[in-house]
Formats: sequence, structure tokens, C-alpha cells
Amino acid sequence: MRHGRPPRVALFVTCLVDQLFPRVGESAVAVLSRLGVAVDFPEAQTCCGQVAFTAGYAAHAREAAVRLLDALEGAGAVVAPSGSCAGMVRRHLPSLLSGSAALESRARELASRTYELSEFLVRVMGIEDVGASLPRPTMVTYHDGCHALRELGVAREPRALIRAVRGAELVESPGCDVCCGFGGLFSVKYPEISSAILREKVRGVRDTGASLLVTTEPGCLMQIGGFLSRQGPPAPRALHLAELLAGSAGA
Amino acid sequence: MAEPSAHRFREAARAALDSPGIQQALLRLDHFRHGRSRALEEVGPEAWQALQARGREVRRHTLEHLDHYLDLLARSVERAGGHVFFARDAREANEYVAGVARAHGVRTVIKGKSMVAEEMGVAGALEAMGVEAVETDLGEFIIQLAGEAPFHIIAPALHKSKEEVARLFAERLGLEPQSEIGALAGQAREVLRERFLRADMGMTGANFAVAETGTVVVVTNEGNGRMCTSLPRVHVATMGMERVLPRLEDLATFLPLLTRSATGQRITSYVTMVTGPRRGDEEDGPEEFHLVVLDNGRSRILADPELREALYCIRCGACLAACPVYSHIGGHAYGWVYPGPIGAVVTPALLGLARARDLPFASTLCGACREVCPLGIDIPRMLLKHRRELAEDRQGGGSAGERAAMALWRRAAGGPRAFRLAGLAARIAQWPVARRGLIRWLPPPLSGWTATRDLPAVAWRPFRARWRRRRADRPGQDRR
Repeated sequence: MRHGRPPRVALFVTCLVDQLFPRVGESAVAVLSRLGVAVDFPEAQTCCGQVAFTAGYAAHAREAAVRLLDALEGAGAVVAPSGSCAGMVRRHLPSLLSGSAALESRARELASRTYELSEFLVRVMGIEDVGASLPRPTMVTYHDGCHALRELGVAREPRALIRAVRGAELVESPGCDVCCGFGGLFSVKYPEISSAILREKVRGVRDTGASLLVTTEPGCLMQIGGFLSRQGPPAPRALHLAELLAGSAGA
Repeated sequence: MAEPSAHRFREAARAALDSPGIQQALLRLDHFRHGRSRALEEVGPEAWQALQARGREVRRHTLEHLDHYLDLLARSVERAGGHVFFARDAREANEYVAGVARAHGVRTVIKGKSMVAEEMGVAGALEAMGVEAVETDLGEFIIQLAGEAPFHIIAPALHKSKEEVARLFAERLGLEPQSEIGALAGQAREVLRERFLRADMGMTGANFAVAETGTVVVVTNEGNGRMCTSLPRVHVATMGMERVLPRLEDLATFLPLLTRSATGQRITSYVTMVTGPRRGDEEDGPEEFHLVVLDNGRSRILADPELREALYCIRCGACLAACPVYSHIGGHAYGWVYPGPIGAVVTPALLGLARARDLPFASTLCGACREVCPLGIDIPRMLLKHRRELAEDRQGGGSAGERAAMALWRRAAGGPRAFRLAGLAARIAQWPVARRGLIRWLPPPLSGWTATRDLPAVAWRPFRARWRRRRADRPGQDRR
């Protein structure tokens, strides 16, 4: 991919990033562009459907899946700033559409070219240093989103990218690989349990003394970031990996 | 065991979260986590994966030919001089056990730990006919005295502090309150020893039952297993019908999978293997041996290709300590014999979804359970299956509010224009509550979120609007 024409990717921005964290989308584009990757944004995309899928509304989820297949048809490599959305495409779309051989085959094809951002940078492009830096030396800790970690096997990649950011000192939180308690609908269906799990996560994060908490997941960002912003300073800030890599951390 | 209360999950979970005693007790789960990771380090990843692969294959094969292996098991037990009873449900199983007790004039039964016996509620059935049924596993002994359900699959009294146990022994047994765990265990041992010696019947579970030899395997760390299998005149073992292994040598795979995953031990202090009753020249052992094999809905699970994997479970409890939900609410909230992730799959499957509607949703689907399961059981996949069934059944399904929300989502996700309009509608609707990009308060049903967390406001200019602007400013630079 690094020879000849600059590579192209299609950005699968995800519904949460599109509507709630647009800067994350802009950051992902900035990082990729800086590395010489041309980024397309197929505008027909909306949502991968995992919220319906995890709630058990398979028919709704299937509709969303087919729309996604259409939106990303022939788009080349697809990059998403979300392990859960990339995981939805890679791990669940094919079986969700197994009722139709044609759709399942298209789903497998899409799955074969869909990546979460950090795994695309490190595994596909072979890059760990994207030229990012922080305005001052900062302790950074990483939260392993469950889908990125367990569905995609992504763990080394975000950490390598963080370590390469000038000024960043990566410290591991106890329980970094434990769920943050978001779980999509779970966070509003069982808010007390969700908050109890979250409190423990944040305790681990604050124990490190890090001032930045970085994640690849918009959902975890909502959950953990929402709690940290309620706590106020000197609580650490939650940031998406794309924002850190785009050098937007100081913003 | 008391009536299932899985339908009261919400209140029970809240009560557990608000209980300092339970929250304190849940910290003890670290012991299991450390035990397991030390064990895995010792075994090594390759050897462990080989054990797991072998374990899965044996379970798959056995379940595919379950009727053959159960038949073989029965013949082997009978050949060894034992009796086998296949019980369709708990009622039939309890009736059989009561019949055995009556036939032998049994007045005292000593019981080893058995989840299946809990499922049957056999202790209650025996008490109802005037037979004393005493739990000999220390944890079970404690919760029996307290009249409570098991809190954890292998440590049923995990939630009890030593002070609570001391008080319990003082109140219910009239003993001097002790402050040391060793002393408390000693008190229990004295009480139990007296029962051991006069018990007419022993009941145990079966961690495994070997078809080729008719051997029932019971693992304990306290030695109470063999007190129950070998001291009294009659031994009744209860097992779920899925617990059969084809050959004795399969234990070389399953014992380490069980003990390493449960407590980290290489092997438990006692591994008791009994084949039928005392024979001819043997000095020890019961005169009669009965094996009760319980279905109680397992054949339904077996027949469902999406749920069959739940029968691979060897009840090690590893999924409990790995689960963030269980780790904060403990076992009682799950309302029945089987707590934690495996409980969330099995309880609705055995009791029916309508009686346990919350359980499949009480999970973030993080997958930690699947990761630690020695048999690699894909619990999240089965929880999703339950969720699908609940969503499809209007009565059992989500609230009208949830269905309405899904319908709205479906409309919004229907295409880029609908999505843009939905975003616009959200930006307007949030106007009263959004301050500087954050929403700090929302009405029910979303108030649960804002009680502890801020929510990002829907962005004034979503990504796709910014992209279009960017493209308009730099035409020809990017395609599409």
C-alpha cells in the first residue's frame, strides 16, 4: 500500500462520531491525510446497526446492515474510529445476513476490508509514529474497549501509537482491560450497575495520575468522559485516540 | 432452595449495590482471579489451549451422542451394582430420592455440594417428610443455617464475613462466638462430625460421571465428599444429564480444566471416584448406590443448536469473577441456583424467558466470560439469542418505550437524509438542556444516565456537514 499511488480509504465515521464527536472524525481524516492516505467519505452511510443488534432487534439490524453494504460497496479499505463498529462489521454482519447467500457473501467481502483506525495504521500501513506531539509532557493511560480487544485482538496497536506521540508517557491502569460499563443500551437499562462498573474503572485511571485517558471507542468515550467531566478538575480528560494522534489534545 | 426470584433482578441488583457488606465481600473475588492467572502461567498458554481444544471436542462429541453415553453410563453403574434413575424434572427426582429415603428408614441425610440438588430443591423435599438434611460443605452449611441461596458457584458463602458467620453459629447452633476462621471451621466440623456418624444416607453431586466405568467423580477441598459417599448406608448422587464423560482418561483433560479455572489449584485436596456400592470383599462404602440423572429442561437446551454450547459448562465459576456485572452485584441478584454469566444463559433456558427477562440484558456483552471460560463457551452469543427471542415476543419483550425507541432509530438510520433530519431534530430537542456542549440532565427514561454522567450534546455541525463544507472549499481534492 505504500508504493505507487497514495492509498485510498473510505471513512466509516460511525453514527456516534458523526453526531456527537465530529472532531474525532476530523482528526481521523487529518491523521490519515498527513500520512498520505486519500480519504473518501461515502455519504450514504448512517449506522452499523449494533444498537438494534445487541437489543435483539435482528430485523432492524439486518436492514441497517444491508444499507451499510450498499453505502460502502466498492469503497476499498474501510477505516472506522471505533472497534465496536469495525467489530460489528467483521464479526456479526456475515452471520446476521446468513439468510441470503448473496448478502452473506457481500458481508464477508466488506468484513475483509474493514479496519479499526489503530489496527489500520499499525498492521496495514506499518506505521506507529504518525508525527503527533503533545504541547507538554503528559502522562497518558489507555482504556481497552471490549470489542477492539476481544473481537479484533487490538491491544498492542493503540499503545504503540500512544508511545510514539512526543511528550506522551504511557502508564497502564489497573483494570485497563475491564469493561467500562457502557454496553450500549445497558448503560441506560441498568444505570446503577453501569455506574458502579464505571466508578471502578475511573478509580483505576485516577490511580495512575495520568491526565489523559485515551480510547479507540466513541461509546466508552461517552461513558468514561461523561463521568470525568462530571467530576471536574483535576480529573483526567478522556480523549479519542484519533484526537491524540491528530495533535488535537491541546485544543 | 427457595422459589426462583430472577424476575426481581433489578431490585436485587440495586440492593446489592447499596449493601456495604456485599460490596466488601465482592472484593474477595480477587482471590479467584489471581488463582486462575497463576495457574495459567504455570500451565503455559500452549498446554492450556491444547486442554481447551480437547475439552471442547469431547463435550461436542458427547453431547452429539448423549443418549448413547447416558445409556452406557446407566449400564456401567448397574453392572457395578448401582441403580440409575432418569428424572424428567425436579419433582420426579425428588420423589425418587424420597422413595429411597423411605425405603431405608432414613432420618438423617448428609449432603455434599450439588448445584443440581439445589435446582431440585431436594433438601426442602426431605425436610418436608421429616428427614434432616445437613449440608457438609462449609459454605453450604453456612447458607443453609442462614436460609440463603448460594452467592457463588464454588464459594456459596463468599458474601459472609467471619463476624456474620460467628453470629450465625452462635444464634442457630447455640455456640460460643469465635473470632478466628479456623475456630469457626472447627465448630462446624464438630457439629458435622456428629451428623456424619449417624447419617443414614449421603447425597452428593457429580462433577463428572464416566460412562465406560459408571464412575462418579466428586472434587472437594474439605474431604466432606467422601464422608457423604462412603460413610452412610446409602449414597445418592445427583447430576445434570450433560455431565457425562465417555472415558476415565477424559478426566485427565477435565479435572485440570476445572480445578485450574475454579481456584487455580493443580488438583483439589480430595478427588473422590466411586463406582457403585460396596462390593463383596470391600471394607468401606455404602450398601446401596443410586445415581439420579436430571433433565429438567436440559434436553430442550440440547435440541437448540444455538444454546447447546451452554451444556459444555463444567461449573468452574471462572466467568463470575471475570464478569464486571457479577463483580458488582454478586450472586443473589440472579435469583436462582446459577449466578453470573452462565446463570444469565441457563436460568432463562431452564425456567423460561418469561421468568427471567432481565438476565439476558444484565450484561455489557464485554466477552470477558468467554475469554476465561475453560471450554470457551460463547456466552455473549447465547445472551444475544435470548435477547432476540425476547424482542420477537411482544409479551416478554422490551417495554413499549424501548420498541418505540427502536422504531425511531430505524427511521433515523434509514438513509442519509433521514439521519441528517434526526440529528437536526435532536439538536432542537436538546436546546433546553444542552449547555456548552454538554447535557447534564435528562428526564426519564434517560435520567439514569445523567444521574452520574454528562452526555455530549449533539454537535451543532456533525461530521458529515463539516465534510461537505470542506469539500465545497476544496473542490476536486477528494472524491465522492
